[in-house]
Amino acid sequence: MGFAVAVEQDAGAAASFGDDDYSAAGAEVIADTRAIWQAGDIVLKVQPPAMHPGLGVHEAELIREGGTLISFLYPGKNAALIDALARRKATAIAVDQIPRITRAQKMDALSSMANIAGYRAVVEAASFYGRFFTGQMTAAGKVPAAKVLVIGAGVAGLAAIGAARGMGAIVRAFDTRPTVKEQVKSMGAEFIELDVHEDSEGAGGYAKEMSPAFIKAEMEMFAAQATDVDIIITTALIPNRPAPILITEEMVKSMKKGSVIVDLAAENGGNCALTEPGQVVERHGVHILGYTDLPSRLAPTASLLFGNNLTHLLADLGGASHFKLDLADEVVRGALVLSHGELMWPPPARPPAVLPPAPKPAPPKAPAAAAAAKTPSALGPAFAILGAAALVYLGSVAPPSFLSHLTVFALACIVGWQVVWNVTPALHTPLMSVTNAISGIIVIGGMLQVSGPPTSPIVMLGAAAILLATINIAGGFLVTQRMLRMFRR
Amino acid sequence: MPETLVTIAYLAAGILFIFSLGGLSAQESARRGNVFGMAGMLIAVLFTAFGPRVESYTVLTGALVVGGAIGALLAARVEMTSMPQLVAILHSFVGAAAVLVGLATALDHSQMLDGVERTIHEVEIVVGIFVGAVTFTGSVIAYGKLQGTIRSKPMLLPGRHAINLGAILACVYLGWMFISVDDPFPSIGPLLACTVIASLIGIHLVMAIGGADMPVVVSMLNSYSGWAAAAAGFMLKNDLLIITGALVGSSGAILSYIMCHAMNRSFLSVILGGFGADEGAAPAGGAAAQPAGAVKSVSADETAELLRDAKSVVVVPGYGMAVAQAQYPLFEVTKILRDQGANVRFAIHPVAGRLPGHMNVLLAEAKVPYDIVLEMEEINDDFPETAVVLVIGANDIVNPGALDDPSSPIYGMPILEVWKAKTCIVMKRGMASGYAGVDNPLFYKDNTRMLFGDAKKMIDAVLTALK
Repeated sequence: MGFAVAVEQDAGAAASFGDDDYSAAGAEVIADTRAIWQAGDIVLKVQPPAMHPGLGVHEAELIREGGTLISFLYPGKNAALIDALARRKATAIAVDQIPRITRAQKMDALSSMANIAGYRAVVEAASFYGRFFTGQMTAAGKVPAAKVLVIGAGVAGLAAIGAARGMGAIVRAFDTRPTVKEQVKSMGAEFIELDVHEDSEGAGGYAKEMSPAFIKAEMEMFAAQATDVDIIITTALIPNRPAPILITEEMVKSMKKGSVIVDLAAENGGNCALTEPGQVVERHGVHILGYTDLPSRLAPTASLLFGNNLTHLLADLGGASHFKLDLADEVVRGALVLSHGELMWPPPARPPAVLPPAPKPAPPKAPAAAAAAKTPSALGPAFAILGAAALVYLGSVAPPSFLSHLTVFALACIVGWQVVWNVTPALHTPLMSVTNAISGIIVIGGMLQVSGPPTSPIVMLGAAAILLATINIAGGFLVTQRMLRMFRR
Repeated sequence: MPETLVTIAYLAAGILFIFSLGGLSAQESARRGNVFGMAGMLIAVLFTAFGPRVESYTVLTGALVVGGAIGALLAARVEMTSMPQLVAILHSFVGAAAVLVGLATALDHSQMLDGVERTIHEVEIVVGIFVGAVTFTGSVIAYGKLQGTIRSKPMLLPGRHAINLGAILACVYLGWMFISVDDPFPSIGPLLACTVIASLIGIHLVMAIGGADMPVVVSMLNSYSGWAAAAAGFMLKNDLLIITGALVGSSGAILSYIMCHAMNRSFLSVILGGFGADEGAAPAGGAAAQPAGAVKSVSADETAELLRDAKSVVVVPGYGMAVAQAQYPLFEVTKILRDQGANVRFAIHPVAGRLPGHMNVLLAEAKVPYDIVLEMEEINDDFPETAVVLVIGANDIVNPGALDDPSSPIYGMPILEVWKAKTCIVMKRGMASGYAGVDNPLFYKDNTRMLFGDAKKMIDAVLTALK
């Protein structure tokens, strides 16, 4: 992309990347923290800027005047930080705010990190759980399989399901969005359903808060599950709100001794009432893991994925040569928090995604409507008026007998129209031959005219008409019969 | 037998005819529908014969027996590939019968009518004869074109719309002459002249229509034959004829509409004719539309190889399959592939062949089960998951130009999107263009292979290779 890249000394130490590796990849390694903040037009970082422990200065103060910062920022709860950056006239892009749309998936660092967290949650749970995940029959006796309940089947939840299934546990999952049921099943878990039906698909693929009736049913279900399962992994988050408490102290008490709860929502307060963010605590014989740094515990993979996300983001921003903040770009607009110190967050609400109507061809059963739509509307009323006038005229002059025939005719047309639209296209040829046959009904016309003297022209014409019409009747019906006999399943 | 009983019998017959058409809504009920139709016809004919208005039976029985025998013979002899011709010629009989009944009615002086009633009666006669004559000659020409005795290229006289308009005006004038004469039994001279002119209109109308539009023409004539019967019903004051005519007329109208819709053409533009001629010149001159790329041909053995490895196969038959009678070996191929576990299906475009539903009949004749024969809308979404598409003697209905080339004369016509499949094998005798006279970019696509040769011989070769 053409960027010159500088890396802070020992930046990759925790992820087993040495400074030599960065040099080898063409980056300049800089030891001085102040220097590196000043060196770049664009600063890429993982965590939001914070008080630097070594220098005793807030990192937000270090950024170059008018510089650009790309990192996790959580603008919803870091107002002070955003203010500090604004004072530096900085441009800030929060990778956590990248909208969750298809095009932006490759830049979605939250999903990358959630994936890692979900996997790591299972690994952590396994290390605190004193038993096998897989059920086994051994010579020494039977070992039951571990039962894992995953609450919230987002990216993290699904990753956790996959990891737990991979280790052989029995996995159940619950989510308030019924649409994820298929995804859950595809990962090999059982999807727990409530009797209360309510869809919680909110904006951006996240769940929204539910009604009291739903929550009541949900809590009863959790209480029942708590007594049964060995491991609970909670991932329930609602954007910009504290995490909902789903596992109460009562439930923890009811769990088997030695059970494990991993609370992936710990950073936002936790889904378990007893969670202490960043800590592992043992309460009522249950280990409750409140790690907030699960991705960091899988540093090489986390670095790799986060790095790739940032690379895609920089490419989306135009690379070095065409670097530009295009506000029309939904991804950029969504993630942009500050533009040259000016607050851009939150982005204007975008209309909820409307599913484009399936491009179905107009159903053939509504031809009248389709045809009507095509003809210019000006002609329609004109024809209607003309038709009405003609009918009025007919009604005033025509004899009753004619009108009764006209009635029959009009109704028969309508019946025919209705009936024939139901004919399946595969039978259109038999339809034609059978209509051929029944239009031979004109034979009646001939039959009514052949009762005179055999030499009169009327009788001769009538006889010819009978002859032709009978060919039609016999030919039409018989060939239809022949054709229909061939149609078989 | 009293007149009222005959009327009730007509009512029963009319209801049975409606059920007959209703039965065609599904293959399972279709045969029962046909039986309903026969029953209705039998009731109508018997009750008329023994009704109060028929007194002499010699002529009647003679004509019925001879006609019935000819019809039965025709029905037993006809090849399924010749169905369009049969249908066309049967239409002409209805038209001719309508003309004859009309003339006989005009000559029949037993009824004394006065004033408006007489005028209406005479208008009915004129209309019946006009429609009947157009149907008659039009169907004969359509028969000739389908049979190949008349060249299928549209014959376009200079100022043909003016000719038609003039002829129609002449008919109106002659009809008015017939009606306005203040004689209860006017001479039928003008009527005969009107018949001749209407016949010429029928010839001219169908001569101007190209081969690709034949399905529309045949269904249009189907509709006309119905209206002719209905007109005869009006002049004879017979409700059964009116009902039946209206049923057939609307049936034909719907079929015409469906066909036009499938070709993205307006009904008027088809009737006025000239398709494939005014625009037929465009592909030659329009160099921009010339598809780029090379044609890759393939042998029957390689085709068999491709088919053997395919999990899902879609066969797209066209008129070429009908001409070559390739449906029988094709079904053998289908059977072998299905026994090997492949999902083989047939995709039928609404205007494939020369008659609505023609391909379905041919495939049914070859014993292809109808539940693997699908309509265009049912199968178009499945092409991306299809390994091999076999196009047999079809051209315009698989022409991608209809979707992406606004300069193509068939632009906008819904088509089978066969090129979305992994491989597409097109069986064709040569590189000639289809009835629409349009070059087909499909042949030049990367995933298209051409299997040149007679469809039947090629399928036979594929069959041998598969065995």
